Amino acid sequence: MTMPALATYALRLGDDALVLSHRLGEWVTNAPQLEEDVALANIGLDLLGQARTLLSYAGEVEAAGRSEDDLAYLRDEREFLNVHLVERPNEDFAVSMARQLLFSTYQLALYERLQDSADPTLAGMSAKAVKEVDYHRDHATQWVLRLGDGTDESHRRMQAGLERLWPYVDELFGTDDLEHSLVADGIAVDSSALRARWDGYLDGVLAEATLSRPEGTRTPPGGGRRGIHTEPMGFLLAEMQHLHRAHPGATW
Amino acid sequence: MSHPTTPERDWPLWEVFVRSRRGLNHQHVGSLHAPDAAMALRNARDVYTRRSEGVSLWVVPAAAIVASSPDEKDSFFDPAADKPYRHPTFYEIPAEVQHL
Repeated sequence: MTMPALATYALRLGDDALVLSHRLGEWVTNAPQLEEDVALANIGLDLLGQARTLLSYAGEVEAAGRSEDDLAYLRDEREFLNVHLVERPNEDFAVSMARQLLFSTYQLALYERLQDSADPTLAGMSAKAVKEVDYHRDHATQWVLRLGDGTDESHRRMQAGLERLWPYVDELFGTDDLEHSLVADGIAVDSSALRARWDGYLDGVLAEATLSRPEGTRTPPGGGRRGIHTEPMGFLLAEMQHLHRAHPGATW
Repeated sequence: MSHPTTPERDWPLWEVFVRSRRGLNHQHVGSLHAPDAAMALRNARDVYTRRSEGVSLWVVPAAAIVASSPDEKDSFFDPAADKPYRHPTFYEIPAEVQHL
């Protein structure tokens, strides 16, 4: 079964949002402060809202009768199309804030451009989400600045968090034939064109936070978009999907 | 056994004021912990305005608020209790006055 390109594209963006939303949900009751529990849950719920729109739309375009729940809960690991960065484990707070900064900076640049998409659903979702993601990026930026330019220990951990996730950065800007064909139709955004804006923002934050930009990359980019994931993804899906699979159609 | 000071115990307390819409005053809605003013404002946004409660936020270090003491309650507030003439309730209101 091959999905229409537009459905696949919506799934890629939707899976990014869904999987990161789940990771942020894992922080609830574990964050350093109650206030931070609420902040991370808010960000996760924003992303979940985006994911619902995108997954529903993917199902609609695919026209095979799959709902947002079918796509979220009944696909297997190889069918998820999110980038590796969002599935990486929370580890410590600095790693999670590094992940949020790296991803939100990318997602904001993406949605800013996707607002002008020829596809009204993608354009509308992006126009709404831009304000949300602008705040996500700001929240992560505030923490990276404080931890980077904080104590010796916080600086060490923040730098370590960046080093840990830097290998997953290049994948964000990877592109392929499917994306190219949608870019040609004015529907998708060319991921590689987002890099300059991303670099500009990141470099500014890192300099102010007295952090140094990690060098190089270790993993070839592009695996996530083809359904090939890192080991923690399977565990994440097991937790995210087990309730729905054990009790199909269960509602709250 | 020693109890090390954890970071959260060091975060100062902030009082949060929300203006629910233009033209109204900011009202005290609660308090929260944050490491500094910028984070306090963001935490306030997340904790107290996530259901569209406000259009403007103030955060004030709780330590900066000078409060009346419960011990002084009698001398501060009781003397006002038996002075009803301070309330504007002894005037006949002319029938022509509307909307008072």
